[in-house]
Amino acid sequence: MKILTTPRMERCIGCHSCSLACARLVHKRLSWDTAGIRIRSSGGLSTGFEARLCLACDPAPCVAACPTGAYSQRKGGGVLVRMKLCIRCGACAKACPVDAVYLDPSGEPSVCIHCGRCVPYCPHDCLEHTEFLRGTVSVAEEAAASGEVQS
Amino acid sequence: MIRDHFRVLLVDLSTGRRSITDVDGRNTVAGGSGLAAMLFGKYGMLDKPWNEPGQPLIFTIGPLTGYFPLMSKTVCAFKSPYHDQYAESHAGGRSALSMRFADYDAIVITGRAKSPSALVVGSRQIEIKDVHYLWGSDLYVAGKALRRMLPGSGHRTILRIGPAGERQSPIACINADSYRHFGRLGAGAVMGSKNLKAITIHGDGSFLIPEGNEYVKIFDKVYKDMTDTDMMSKYHNLGTPGNVRVMNDLKALPIRNLQATTDPASEGISGERFAEVALLRNAACAGCPVGCIHIGFVRERFREENRYIYRQISYDHELIFAVGSMLGVMDCFEVLKLIDVAEKMGMDVMSPGVALAWATEALTKGLVTEKETLVPLSFGDSKSYQTALWHMAYGTNEFYQVLSQGTAKAAERYGGGDFACVLGQEMAGYATGETFFVSQALGLRHSHLDAGGYSYDQKPKGKTIEDAVKFLVQDEKGRVFLTSMVSCLFARGVYTDEVLGSCLKSVGYGTLADNMGVVSSGIQKLRWKMRVGSGYRPEDVSIPNRFTEITTWKGQIDIGFLNGLKDQYAKAIWSLAADTEKAEKSG
Repeated sequence: MKILTTPRMERCIGCHSCSLACARLVHKRLSWDTAGIRIRSSGGLSTGFEARLCLACDPAPCVAACPTGAYSQRKGGGVLVRMKLCIRCGACAKACPVDAVYLDPSGEPSVCIHCGRCVPYCPHDCLEHTEFLRGTVSVAEEAAASGEVQS
Repeated sequence: MIRDHFRVLLVDLSTGRRSITDVDGRNTVAGGSGLAAMLFGKYGMLDKPWNEPGQPLIFTIGPLTGYFPLMSKTVCAFKSPYHDQYAESHAGGRSALSMRFADYDAIVITGRAKSPSALVVGSRQIEIKDVHYLWGSDLYVAGKALRRMLPGSGHRTILRIGPAGERQSPIACINADSYRHFGRLGAGAVMGSKNLKAITIHGDGSFLIPEGNEYVKIFDKVYKDMTDTDMMSKYHNLGTPGNVRVMNDLKALPIRNLQATTDPASEGISGERFAEVALLRNAACAGCPVGCIHIGFVRERFREENRYIYRQISYDHELIFAVGSMLGVMDCFEVLKLIDVAEKMGMDVMSPGVALAWATEALTKGLVTEKETLVPLSFGDSKSYQTALWHMAYGTNEFYQVLSQGTAKAAERYGGGDFACVLGQEMAGYATGETFFVSQALGLRHSHLDAGGYSYDQKPKGKTIEDAVKFLVQDEKGRVFLTSMVSCLFARGVYTDEVLGSCLKSVGYGTLADNMGVVSSGIQKLRWKMRVGSGYRPEDVSIPNRFTEITTWKGQIDIGFLNGLKDQYAKAIWSLAADTEKAEKSG
């Protein structure tokens, strides 16, 4: 299954179009927080931007931590979320090693579901929705994916 | 959030009192520019000086902020230390989306803090923090410290002032998120007068999007138009610095204090040259996929043993013209160094650039001596100008104290008004001719963005004064509606009335959409009412001789047309301001 990756974040200009698209299309909200991908500056604007998003763990620690089964393992990495089972305990966010789960003030989590709907909104092609099996992609393919020149 | 009123945060720095109030008027003033003028009418004191503690410093966003691409600007309104009248300045960065997500349509700050302070705002936080230890720090130091101290990295705006603002210089700006500015007319001094070093707004709230598919559909259409059209290329490729070569070819680039309008050496500071050798990367305001912010680099060797530092500095046409061509500095790296000093000190780059160009000519003509200027100002001498910028920021002697009040003040004191390149405030980088000169000289913000006078100048000749006045009034009317939404004006090609109407309807502002014409007229008049009510007399504005001495691609300036247009536009401004009073009386 495809996952969302961010192979070209050096190109990010900090427009937040990806986060806004995820919030709008997936979570039905106007927000740059309630989103599976969130952009922050890495130590001030002068040092560029980084994306906070699910890295598609398999097995996912958030799934193990979830006490209700709201989070379950997604094939190919990452999680499937059934919000109606969520009790807003925040265990998923605590368990995530890369701070990918956002909890809103009511404790409701937002996490990337690897649907790729944010990808077309990135004006600099920082993002990719791709089959990615860690360690199986050839060096040449990986280099091409993060390549800097596009004619 | 969509609502039929405005949610306004009021902060009184004198008492520490904070409150949130609902203010009506969504369907009459919309937001942004309109809301700012209305709030100034409510909380401002037209007859009191700009630095009276009770005067408000106002920030507003609009009904479409954050909902659509390029709806990414914030309007700042205040009584200006530059002319002691009503003023507006606009900036992007993350300011607009931060206000949207903190859920305030406006923030109104009055009073004066007892010690240097930072106002820290979020959707669940309103605090005034003592930051006396940051007073005196430059913008970069202050920015770094505030980033460490406060939460919300990436989802907040940090607005701050530098030493120039603390010293209440009328050419001090408010810096927004390192690379954007509420640049002109001295908003930074207003913060300084309030003992307010910084304002941080954490956009930590979120809202449900409007029900149904319409909003998402229209968003996608606007997004596609915005990113598919040549707009992307114009502002994203070379960005506004692309104008340097265009203006130079037109003989419309102000050079060496407007003693010339074209010079092949300007190729050294063209957008093309910057892109080739100095462009490091681009950045965007939050909510804008265009990403017009161009960031260049300067690498400086500070020790023999190959020890270097590098700096990242954003550049635009206006800055390049002001500390580049206007000062005869035709090397892009030298221009970046000058921008960097002005930025660090928290000065609007345009005004000190133009002021130093005047000072250079004044020195050449013997109106001032090196005793005043402290450094041998000479066109092309970037090193002297760098030092002079420090002197301006700190006001190290009487001359620099006066110069940092603005070029006109300095010319009043030392002479040389004929060659002071002032059009209401220091000129913008377009010597295109009569219509632009009148537009900036008389315009409400004294900005090249008040109306498209520079593009009108480039249309075929043969238009009458009446045509030009009509254009200025109509163009301003369209622009004030956009700046009430609050859109970046770079998006004006996409946001036609029809598109704006659809956007407004899709998020639930149907009444506003149905009355756009009336609302924009009302906003235009209300803004002029504030300006005229605070003492503005457009007929008293003079256009210095230097502007009539130049030659552009059209030839000599038509002085008769210039003066006629100035008189007629002044009358038009009066009738706009008077119309509001008439309407209010009849209503």
